[in-house]
Amino acid sequence: MDPLTGNLNNIGFENYKRLFTSVYFYRSIYNTLLIWIMSIIPQLTIAFLLALFMQNKWFRGRSFLRNIYCFPNLVTSVTIGLLFGSLFSYPGGAINNIISALGMEQVDFQNHQMLARMVIALAICWKNFGFNIIFFTAGLNSVSEDVYEAAKVDGANTWHRVTKITMPLIKPILVYVFITSIIGGLQMFDESKLVFTNVPGDATTTMVKYLYDASFVRLQFGYGAAASYGIFLIISIFSVIAFYLTRNKSETVEVGSKRRRMR
Amino acid sequence: MKNIKNQPKEAIRAIMLKRFLHILIYLFSFAVALTAFYPFLVMIVSSTHDTYNIVAKINILPGDQLVRNFNRLTQYINLRRGFLNSLFLAVVTSVVQIYFTAMAGYAFSKFKFKGQNLLFGVVLVAMMIPGQISIIGFYKQIQDMGLINNYIPIIIPAIADCFAVFFYKQFLDSGLPNELVEAAIADGAKEITIFHRLVIPIMKPALVTKGVMSFIGSWNSYLKPLILLNDKDKMTLPLMIATVRDSTHADFGAQYIGMVISVIPLVIIFIFSSRIIMNNISVGSAIKG
Repeated sequence: MDPLTGNLNNIGFENYKRLFTSVYFYRSIYNTLLIWIMSIIPQLTIAFLLALFMQNKWFRGRSFLRNIYCFPNLVTSVTIGLLFGSLFSYPGGAINNIISALGMEQVDFQNHQMLARMVIALAICWKNFGFNIIFFTAGLNSVSEDVYEAAKVDGANTWHRVTKITMPLIKPILVYVFITSIIGGLQMFDESKLVFTNVPGDATTTMVKYLYDASFVRLQFGYGAAASYGIFLIISIFSVIAFYLTRNKSETVEVGSKRRRMR
Repeated sequence: MKNIKNQPKEAIRAIMLKRFLHILIYLFSFAVALTAFYPFLVMIVSSTHDTYNIVAKINILPGDQLVRNFNRLTQYINLRRGFLNSLFLAVVTSVVQIYFTAMAGYAFSKFKFKGQNLLFGVVLVAMMIPGQISIIGFYKQIQDMGLINNYIPIIIPAIADCFAVFFYKQFLDSGLPNELVEAAIADGAKEITIFHRLVIPIMKPALVTKGVMSFIGSWNSYLKPLILLNDKDKMTLPLMIATVRDSTHADFGAQYIGMVISVIPLVIIFIFSSRIIMNNISVGSAIKG
């Protein structure tokens, strides 16, 4: 489509040909998956650990802390972008000030491909870990106390109790959180657009950001539309994989199939 | 003799170790809480400093520029207008969405009709598609309909929130026994009466949970209002605050106070409803598990 006149020219499958031969499109897929992996691992680990800790009977201030953990989710992505952008700016951002106070050289986060990705992954992790804590807590609450008591009598230590009893029993929740995070991760856009503006080699351009750039920055609406179908294809592939993963789980773990429907 | 002497010592050591572990866990938890709260702290503290101090230093103590920042903010933007716009949009969107998605969830859960599985499959697939994908076609269509600068294209599509439909269906599957519906039908109640008098009260915790999430999402939504609303009088609060940033001299002080103002309603709503949300999620899974 010509953005100025609004006239439509039929160019056949030209846009699709261009899309599937474009290095940048494949790179945006790679970026998305990379940032997703870098954010999901710490996110789930921290959420699981905190959910476990807060499950202890002696732990005080549970509901207060849980509220605080969910606060990042209330902030607009605009604010998050601005905030992380200024925290990690070079020179003179808050993080860089700490680094130089420790006597090391300041780091230019924005102009380093991997570090820029890490900052965005950190922003996403920071935003979402609170809600994962709620889900994990829900899973942990549904595990009966008796199971732990029995394990204690049998002489299992904490590590064994967590890895051999808790983890398998709340596996459906783990799978559920994992899959919702795949879906959310593939749709990543706000942080990628707002945290850093110019990263060399477009290292932080996710799939949806690529679509946005093509259609609303370069105004190639036809190519943008082709890109949305490309993204749709990729998300469908992942959805099918996720679907089969959950289905197998619900067949093998009877308790799990029921609990997975929690949300 | 030796054994008796050693016993208490080891017990003491075990207790000490346990205490030490507890302290470590508390430290870790509060460190994470501090990180989660840090941006709020930055927002609140920065809103009391002028732009020079925000850029040049790390501020920990509040300054004295709060009133002046606020006055400048109200000069740049029509704060009351933006606040009311956002509030109106968020309330209307979440109420309309709750009502209609609850209906759809009820239908999927309790009615048997042709093509049910296919339709529910469509709902599940649509849940996984990012909203940004269809934004080009959406914008063009709205433009052709002449609905730019109108709230209708923001409110109406929100009715079809697939995630909410899925959520309510799952809740009703286990939360509302078929016998209750059958009893109501036997008593001669109309469908719409059953929905209003029986289904909605039972769904209340689920409605609050999803309603609050929808409210937060709608209040914070950026992309759709950004492309649909150009009129300054129709803009939502986040959009207005973003325009403060984009003016020639970036006024961080005014911007931060704007952010604080825009997040306050969400914090209040979340704190009041978080108990219901957390209980709902825990109880819901406990019933089903």
